[in-house]
Amino acid sequence: MKSVLCILFTFGLWLLLTWSLDPKVVGVGLMMAILVATLLAHIYPDNPHKALDPRRWFWACIYFPYFLVLCIKSNLDVAYRVLHPDLPIRPGIVKIRTRLTSEMAKTFLANSITLTPGTMTVDIVGQDLYIHWINVHGVDAEEHTRRIVRPFEGLLRRVFE
Amino acid sequence: MSETIAQWIIGVGLMFDLLGCLGLVRLPDVYNRLQAGTKCVTLGTCMIMFGTFLYGVAALDRPQMAVQALLCAVFVLLTSPVAAHAIARGAYRAGARLWEGSVIDRLGEDLHGVRPPAERAEPADQPAAVHHFTESES
Repeated sequence: MKSVLCILFTFGLWLLLTWSLDPKVVGVGLMMAILVATLLAHIYPDNPHKALDPRRWFWACIYFPYFLVLCIKSNLDVAYRVLHPDLPIRPGIVKIRTRLTSEMAKTFLANSITLTPGTMTVDIVGQDLYIHWINVHGVDAEEHTRRIVRPFEGLLRRVFE
Repeated sequence: MSETIAQWIIGVGLMFDLLGCLGLVRLPDVYNRLQAGTKCVTLGTCMIMFGTFLYGVAALDRPQMAVQALLCAVFVLLTSPVAAHAIARGAYRAGARLWEGSVIDRLGEDLHGVRPPAERAEPADQPAAVHHFTESES
């Protein structure tokens, strides 16, 4: 079941990227899709039926523009720090704890943290994330968690769990 | 009209890419450099791809170009933070040090036990190949 989905997804991607219906190209694509599926199907998400729930898509549609705004803000933040003659940085690695449990949700949380202002995921151990922060605020783990994770956690839980 | 918008988007994307490269040169250690590199280059490249998408749809009427550009943007958006995470994790585990001005290092405390910053600043048990960044080198 999972392999079939993987083949369909990979093959669809191949068709879009090559944009050709030449039998030779399509045949090679099909062979590659089957090869990729046999090698890598085990890393595909375990519960594909989750993607059929319209509520998840609704929250994903809210999450994306929110993420985009934070991403642009983060770029302006980096631009300010890089162009400032004194290089105003106060870096450090902090530890935060997330309430998300599924692998998919944690992956997206780590990716979102990396692309939002001043923070980058360095390591994940279970529920703990180690974040490199270019301008550390606050003193304890609760405050760090509140500042870094809270913007995403609620939305990501609705989308992926 | 839409051609002009596409060109502006590509231009702004190029500017972000340039700032990311400037960050790579100016910031002190591998983690700070990755921050600048990842954020700016991801958004910059996605904007270039999005500009190409608009150009393909509106100016040239070539759906192939548009679809491929959009797919590339999605790939960059999904894979670039993962790559940064892998590099940062690998660098930390291989012993790359934080910049000496860093204020906190919870990962080091959890991996090697509690070590005060003063002790961490002097490389006693580290191989000589690990470079210790200072302000003057940046």
